[in-house]
Amino acid sequence: MIAHAIFFYTFSIIAVVSAIMVTASKNTVHSVFFLILDFISISCLFIMIGAEFLGMIMLIVYVGAVAVLFLFVVMMLNVAQQKNQWFAGQATSKHIPVGLIISTLIFFEIIIVIGGWKYKPEIFDINNSLANTSLSNTHSLGQILYTDYIHVFQISGMILLVAMIGAIVLTFRQRSGVKKQSYIKQISRERAEGVEVLEVQSNKGVKIDD
Amino acid sequence: MEYLSIVFQEVYKILFLLVPVLVSVAMIVWLDRRVWAFVQKRQGPNVVGPFGLLQSLADALKYIFKEIIIPSSSNKVIFILAPIVTMTLALIAWAVIPFSATQVLADINVGILYLFAVSSLGVYGIIMGGWASNSKYPFLGAIRSAAQMVSYEVSIGVIIINVLLCVGSLNLNDIVIAQQNMWFVIPLFPMFIIFFISALAETNRPPFDLPEAEAELVAGYQTEYSGMMYAMFWLGEYANILLMCAMGAILFLGGWMSPIDVYPFTLVPGAIWLILKILLLFILFALVKAIVPRYRYDQLMRLGWKVFLPLSLIWVVLTASYLFYFNLLPVN
Repeated sequence: MIAHAIFFYTFSIIAVVSAIMVTASKNTVHSVFFLILDFISISCLFIMIGAEFLGMIMLIVYVGAVAVLFLFVVMMLNVAQQKNQWFAGQATSKHIPVGLIISTLIFFEIIIVIGGWKYKPEIFDINNSLANTSLSNTHSLGQILYTDYIHVFQISGMILLVAMIGAIVLTFRQRSGVKKQSYIKQISRERAEGVEVLEVQSNKGVKIDD
Repeated sequence: MEYLSIVFQEVYKILFLLVPVLVSVAMIVWLDRRVWAFVQKRQGPNVVGPFGLLQSLADALKYIFKEIIIPSSSNKVIFILAPIVTMTLALIAWAVIPFSATQVLADINVGILYLFAVSSLGVYGIIMGGWASNSKYPFLGAIRSAAQMVSYEVSIGVIIINVLLCVGSLNLNDIVIAQQNMWFVIPLFPMFIIFFISALAETNRPPFDLPEAEAELVAGYQTEYSGMMYAMFWLGEYANILLMCAMGAILFLGGWMSPIDVYPFTLVPGAIWLILKILLLFILFALVKAIVPRYRYDQLMRLGWKVFLPLSLIWVVLTASYLFYFNLLPVN
């Protein structure tokens, strides 16, 4: 048990400290690296409570894909310059009230969840009755997700798909004058349409249009 | 005292796994160069030791004695961390590789997900190195490789789903044992081809070595690195290649199982079969390097997103419907 406690406190301290450092560090790229560290230590905590599937999916999805794109965007944008434009000459930012409202909302949500867990444990017994302890974490998760919660699961998938299509539509623009290769066109070209034999008159040359 | 003995046992096991992996990485570099040379009718490294076998050791010695140069305008902490991350991630993945039914360091339930997660983390070493160098070529190389590795991970993930549909478990030993009657390379042959090509792209091997395309980017993300730090990038890269070969061997070529289940073959220990299969895949990797010209970047992206992803998704539907229709779905 001692080893378990040591690991638990190590990972949770790393998680909390790196979460603070995400907002505290000046360099945005450093923030993203701290965010990645946070994700990794949280997935370690998931694995420690026996939710190995969730932990691994957290690593694959958040660290392996989402954070890479995050880093990608942060490195490409010139964030420092933008920040100076936003905050220049403003002692109090307009973003603080919005942030405060959102953070109080999240705080109360957490209070409700933790309070329910602490004082009304019978609410959570419904879920426990479904969980079969002889099955592995992955199996029981699949059995619950694809039977009782199939509609919620599918709807969340659809929402993500719609969000993705929305993002693509927003950034989609058709540029004119871009030359594109078409494999089918290239392969199916005949000699007759590719080569043209011309009589060249002296001192006049040939005009080649592009 | 009890804890200490457990710790010592584990450390002994880890060393017993890691030292052979590191030595075989050095040997595999030699093999890569030899195969490459033979395709081009050259000799390759053949001076140091018998058949040039000790060439990699000589190279390593050279790298150790070279000066490590850290650019003054670089981000020093991340610059030093990058090769360490690459190397560590390439080595920790070996913890779950089964060398026989019992010879595995960590026989975890979600082994294949662990392998996939660690191989998808490999991109961080490259991004960190490229960004921390604070230089144009490494940065371009890092950006290229981030996009490339994320794209090809998607198709590798879908291919893994194909195999998992036939197995019904995420444990690597279960995946190997499920291939007792037939290796998955036979029913899932198109997936094996796509996996092989995606593995080439995932490990930045030619013809997909755009992050370090020397004609355009000098050496890509490792341009500013020198000495042992460069060597660590190099070792990590080759350890990753070996890992992808091991993954291919386990997913499609029956892992540690002998090709035919008859008397003289079953005597050979499983580790030998696994190593032979890894070597077979690696020689294919080396041959591809020698005979295929480099892809253009837009062609690479097109191949990943418009060809491999739809193909492997369609194959998932086909596999699932076949298994469902003939009532072959693995249920436990």
